[in-house]
Parts: sequence; structure tokens; C-alpha cells
Amino acid sequence: MQDLRKIQNPYNSDKVIDACSIFGMMDTSGQRFSGAAIIKAIGNMRVRGNGLGGGFAVYGLYPDYAEYYAMHVMYLSREGKTETEAFLKEKFHLVDADEIKTRPLAAIKDPPLVWRYFLKVNRYQAGIQADDDFVVDRVMDINIKIRDSFVFSSGKDMGVFKGVGYPEEIGQYFRLEEYEGYLWTSHGRYPTNSRGWWGGAHPFNILDWTVVHNGEISSYGINRRYLEQYGYICTMETDTEVIAYAIDLLVRKHGLPVDTISQVFAAPFWDDIDRKPPVEQELLRALRQTYGSLLLNGPFTLIIAHAGEMIGLTDRIRLRPLTAATKGKVLFLSSEEAAIRTISPQLESVWIPVGGEPIAGSLKIPLNPPSPVSVVAAYKMDR
Amino acid sequence: MKTFIPSKFIVERDPARCIQCQVCVNQCSFAVNSYDAADNEVMADENNCVGCHRCVVFCPTNALNIRKNTLDYRENYNWRPEAIEDILKQAETGGMLLTGMGNDKGYKVYWDHILLNASQVTNPSIDPLREPMELVTYLGRKPDRVEIDPVTHTLKNAMPPQVKLNVPVMFSAMSYGAVSLNVQHSLARAATEAGTFWNTGEGGLHASLYPYGDHTIVQVASGRFGVHSKYLNAGQVVEIKIGQGAKPGIGGHLPGEKVTAEVSRTRMIPIGSDALSPAPQHDIYSIEDLAQLVYALKEATGYRKLISVKIAAVHNVAAIASGMVRAGADIIAIDGLRGSTGAAPKVIRDNVGIPIEMALAAVDARLRQENIRNQASLVIAGGIRNSGDIAKAIALGADAVYIGTAALIALGCTACQQCHTGKCAWGICTSDLALTKRINPEIGSRRLVNLLRGWAIELKDILGGMGINALESLRGNRLHLRGIGLSDNELKILGIRPVGD
Repeated sequence: MQDLRKIQNPYNSDKVIDACSIFGMMDTSGQRFSGAAIIKAIGNMRVRGNGLGGGFAVYGLYPDYAEYYAMHVMYLSREGKTETEAFLKEKFHLVDADEIKTRPLAAIKDPPLVWRYFLKVNRYQAGIQADDDFVVDRVMDINIKIRDSFVFSSGKDMGVFKGVGYPEEIGQYFRLEEYEGYLWTSHGRYPTNSRGWWGGAHPFNILDWTVVHNGEISSYGINRRYLEQYGYICTMETDTEVIAYAIDLLVRKHGLPVDTISQVFAAPFWDDIDRKPPVEQELLRALRQTYGSLLLNGPFTLIIAHAGEMIGLTDRIRLRPLTAATKGKVLFLSSEEAAIRTISPQLESVWIPVGGEPIAGSLKIPLNPPSPVSVVAAYKMDR
Repeated sequence: MKTFIPSKFIVERDPARCIQCQVCVNQCSFAVNSYDAADNEVMADENNCVGCHRCVVFCPTNALNIRKNTLDYRENYNWRPEAIEDILKQAETGGMLLTGMGNDKGYKVYWDHILLNASQVTNPSIDPLREPMELVTYLGRKPDRVEIDPVTHTLKNAMPPQVKLNVPVMFSAMSYGAVSLNVQHSLARAATEAGTFWNTGEGGLHASLYPYGDHTIVQVASGRFGVHSKYLNAGQVVEIKIGQGAKPGIGGHLPGEKVTAEVSRTRMIPIGSDALSPAPQHDIYSIEDLAQLVYALKEATGYRKLISVKIAAVHNVAAIASGMVRAGADIIAIDGLRGSTGAAPKVIRDNVGIPIEMALAAVDARLRQENIRNQASLVIAGGIRNSGDIAKAIALGADAVYIGTAALIALGCTACQQCHTGKCAWGICTSDLALTKRINPEIGSRRLVNLLRGWAIELKDILGGMGINALESLRGNRLHLRGIGLSDNELKILGIRPVGD
């Protein structure tokens, strides 16, 4: 892709604004299930999108290739493919490659060519760089330097599928009912100022991290300036891209535990910090003082996922919707409760999380929904 | 010698209203008004009038008005009245022209060419009456990253010292001697009550002000007046004063007349002696010398206090600021072209330095380019007038602002530019005990706290309108600014887009 700005942001706006539907479901026992359910659920929130972007992220997708980086690449031309493949062969050991199967649909217009590669880092090429760091840099190389090529998925044992259309159409187009995973997230997009572009759909991905996002980040200007200091080049000028990079910085580069993400993105109010026990105060204050420029301000709901974990988070005063629900070992996160009930009418608990409170499902930690009493109380209070 | 300079103002006294109470006679410290007992009449020597309005405000019958003397010269753009009269003054005195306050020339005020953003439809504005809205700001060096102990899940790298501001506005350095003790008491009490800081200036810290130490910045300037170990440890921040916006490259001037017994004790100089700070700090002839002083002060204060370095905004301010951060400064304070003074050579005040808006934009951008922005907080000064200016400064990248003139105006100052005369009728910039008692610290601090409270409420409304509920999300967020009536180059330096784009 030669100039992503022009494609993603034709009017050269400060940033791309969009509103959306988001949905995530995870079986915390690790049981894999097909994409049929999530396609139906996100389809239930069709009015929250405008057909200019839909996508899915799946974890536990490629168990047979779990140790290899799975790259999903879209091409707008054959030349791009030739160039990218030469680049990949130089930098990596190519384990396997195939064109991703699709089902032609009237609703899906002008789809790019989408290929999948399983790769092992060529240690000779990587030198002293760790595998993950090397992969991130090469993804940036392809996306910025090689024309007509865009890597939109680069993690292990996971994959992103996305494009222009309503999400249920994108799901059918990529035949996602034929894939299985233990964790799925999905997104339907309502961009206000950009024409649909396949790479601009959610989820956004870097390594095995994915983000789906509903919101507009009013702090975008400073979030972006802060990340630029660390060499992140925001090519697409979308809020979501910034969030993905911020997670990468905090977790991969600064080595912070995953649960600090919510303490940075939706930092507790100073007054609330003052009421915590002293040791916790010290930590929360240090995080906010140090990473104040990464506070995400303005309305948002996020579903962040990486291998074995899914986290839902809203802004500090919950200006965008998020409903959580559990049934057995399955955690649901959705913009609307109706979408959850569409695929699972009987739920054990349903609740609306407090603003800024992360809701996490993990393969390692047993699911712990709030007690039914507090759920009802919180639920009533919110209605 | 007969002066050829005509009076600047006309004092109008309505004889129907004047009751010959002589309040104006007593209030005027410039000896304009006088009472003729024989004729039972109050008269005015208009040549002395500075237009400070003290008499007007205190006249019980509203009998007074001060008008500009519109005496016209033959029109000549080059030889405007100010140029002519400055020459006359020098021809009559043979001296350097002294003045007070900040630059009063018509250089572009960039704040007035910047507009703020607000939310509509795609994100909601936030109502500060109903939702929390945070202005808390911590100044101080921030680490590159937080380290957390994976086992205990506690903080591994202790934070360097930080100071907390409840509102991102501090009181600028105004030394004891330049302003009166009552003014400093007003500032110190207000800073304490409002949860911010006041700055001693270079005149030391009077014994009665030590109790306000938790909200005090102590200054170390080239004259080292009143600097001793107890002083350095009295506040939370030690500020090395390299320069001042009103007089870059020039040291402070306190005339001997202002050095009273108390001033003398606090400054540790003889009564009546001129306190002339050298132009440079004589132990800082280069950047590595600054680093030595920064660390000498850190040693002297046990690394518990923040070290601020204050400079005037000059042409290559970005590179200088970068060097200051690398020299270990925890706070970079920059004072712009319109920064004020108690006394400065007029030619310097009027012609040296650059506007703070440009300096701020350049410094913030440079520190980010070099990835050292987190290593120091950025505080700016020089002509901040209202909460709109503050919001724009924060969005350009400032952590907080200093106000000097605005604080004095809250106390009564009318910016009449007579600070250097020591005759301030409002009792602010003087050490004449008959005048200094005009400031009551009780009332003075109330007026200052009110001002900060009003600005805080307005800042919250501005933030809420943008859909932001914490000040740190506006800080450096230049996307919320647009320029109007600015050239491409000005926009580029400010790092903002034009309106409509």
C-alpha cells in the first residue's frame, strides 16, 4: 500500500471517526467452536454499522501450525503479491501458503486477493532481534514500503478476516462457519468520513493482539504524539490503530502485565486512587503520571484479545455501551444484550460493567461473573 | 530643566460631585491631587498622573475620571508620540529608560489566533456539572516506563519526586522587595488554599512565609540573594533563574530605596544598597555548568525537591531547552516576550525575545522529537490573561502556566507600568510601608483564590465541551486547536491546522 493515508483518510481529516457494533465470545475452557454463532450475533446489530466495514478475529485457529506466524495479506495487484512473496521468502522460512477460500457474494464488491502464509523467522536475517520484534518490523515494512500489499493479521494460532461490507456478509464471504476457535471477536463499522477500504475494517492486529473498538478517542492527538516518540508510525489515522500500538508498547516493549492496560487506558480518577490502600495508590499514581498521554479519553468500548485472553473495557464514564454475560464457561461481550440473546437465549448472568472496569475471560483463570444479586442491582440501576 | 513631555492623562473632577474629602489626595502616591485649604478645592497636577485609577476607584462620590490626553502631534508613522517622548526623557535625564510590566507593543498575540474545538454528534460533550472532571497535574520528571514486580504486583521503580497542582496555574516569581510582603503573603496563602504554588522570586524567603513551604517554589538567581541551606529546603521546588521574559540577558534590578530593614534581612544585603543581579549566573557560562548547579542543588536538597530552570524565550529556545532537560532539570520554565518585570530597561523589554506561544510549540515539539519530553515538565509564562489562553497553552504542550501580571491585576494592579518607581498606588510593587498596607493578605488571597476557582470552572467547561474529562488528554493534543489568520509557517511552527481544515 503506497499511501495508506490517501486510501484510509481521503479528506485528510485529523483522524478517522467511526461508530460500531462489537461482539466477543470466548470459551474459557478452550473448547473450539465455529464462526456460525458470532456471524449471527453481529448480524443482529446490523443497524449499528453502515456496510463500510466488518471483520472477525479468531484464536485457536491454526492448531496444526501453532508455532508459526500466520500472516494474512491482502493484495490489490499481482505485482504486489510477487514483490511481497519475494520479501517474505527472503526474511522468513515459508512453511505453507494458500489463498484464503472465499464464497462469492453479490454484496461483496471488488474484493482484494487474500493470501495466508505460515512463516518461521529466518534467524540469519533477524540477527539479534527477537522473533516478535522482527515480525512487527517486517509487517511495517510491507505495509509502508511494498505497493498494493497489506498485512492485516500476523499472530500465531490466530487470524483476522475483514473487509468492506456488513460483518455478517464478510463472515459468509470468508466462510468463517468452516473455521473453529475458542475465542472470536467481531466488528461492524460505521465510518463517518472515510470511504470503505478493506484494510480499514476492524479488528486491528499486531502479532497476536487484536482490537475491536467502538468509539471516538478525543485524546487521539496526544495518544498519537506520544506513540510517535517510540517510533510507531500511525499510517491510518484511526483511533483503533493507536490503541493497538499502545497495547504493543505497554505489554511487549515495557513488559507490563496485561491488566495494567485498563489502568492506563481508563485510569482511575485521582480521587479514587486516593482512596486505595497505600501500595496500590503508589502503583496507580505512577502509572497515571507516567502514561497520562495514553489515557484514552472520549467515548469508547474495546474488546482486546490475545492468545488465551479476551478483555472488554469502556471509557471511565461509559459513554459507549458494553454488556457482559456468561453461560457455563463462555463469556460474551457485546454492544447490545439482544445480540447475545440471539445466539444464547438462556444466560446465567448478564450485566453492564461499570465504566472503566475491565471484564476479562482467560484460559488460565476460571470465569468469575458477579453474583446474581449484584448483577440485578447494577442492571436495574442502569435501566 | 523644564520638561518638554506633555502629561499623558487628564484628570476630570466633577465639581458638582466633589465633596473635598481628600481621599484622592491621600490615595495618589504620585502626588497628582492636592488640597487647597484656602479655597477649599482639590486640584490636580496632571503631569504626574500615571493612569492607575486608584483615585477613581476610591472616590466616594464618583467625581473623578481619568482620560487619555489626546494631544495630537503632526501625524508621522515613524515619529509617533512614544518615540518622540522617549527621546525627550533621555535628553532630560541622560539615562537608560526604565519601565515596568511586560512588553506593551502590538506584536501578534498568537492566543488570539488560535481557536479551540468541541464535540458534536460523533462523540458526546461531557457535562462538568454532572460528571467528574480532572485538572490535577503532577509536575516532575517521569520515568521512561513503569516497572512492576511480577510477583507482588507492586511498583518496582520508585517515582522521582512530583509536586501536585489542583489547578494548572502557578504564581510567577515576584521577589520580596519588588513586591511587598503583603503581596507575597496573599500569593502564598492563595497557593496553599487553591492547591498550587507561588514563587519567591530572587529575593529570598521572609521568615513569616516559611509555613507555606509545601506550596512554595524558591528561586536561585544570579545575585544569590537570600539563598542558604534552610531556604533551599523550605519549598518543594528550587528554581534556577537564568532569564526573565521582560529582560532576557539582563539581571534583576532592585533600587536601594526599596531595600528596607526587612528586605535587607531577607536578602542578606545591607539596608539601602542596590540589589543588582549580574546578567549571567557567574557559575554558569555553559550548559555543563548548568548541570553542575542543578546537581549541586539536588545534593543540597537531598534529591527530595524538584529543580526547575527558568529561561526567557529567545530565538533558539528549543535547543536550549533540550540542553536543560539533559542537564537534569525537572521543570523547564519559559517566560515569553510579554512576561513582566518590576523594573527593566525599556529597550530590552520592548525588543528582545519571542512570543511564548511559539517558544512553547517549538520546545514541546523538540523535546518529543528527542524523546525526552517525559524527563521534564514544561511550565510557561508571559502574558497569560484567561482560562482560554491556559487551555490553548496546555493543548500546545505546556504542563502548567505561571501567572504574574494576572495575579497582580487580581490584587488591584491596572498595568500602569510604574513598577520600577516603587510608588505603586495599589500597594503592590512597592516597599513603602504606607502603601504596602493597602494590600490586606486576607482579602488579597481571597481575590486570588476566586480567580483560580473561576478559571478552574471555565477550564472544566472547555474540557467537557471537547469530550475530555482529564487535563492530561488535552496536554499536547494540538488536534484540538485550529489557527486563524496565520501564515503557513506560523501554523507549521505551532503544529496546528488552519480553521476549516
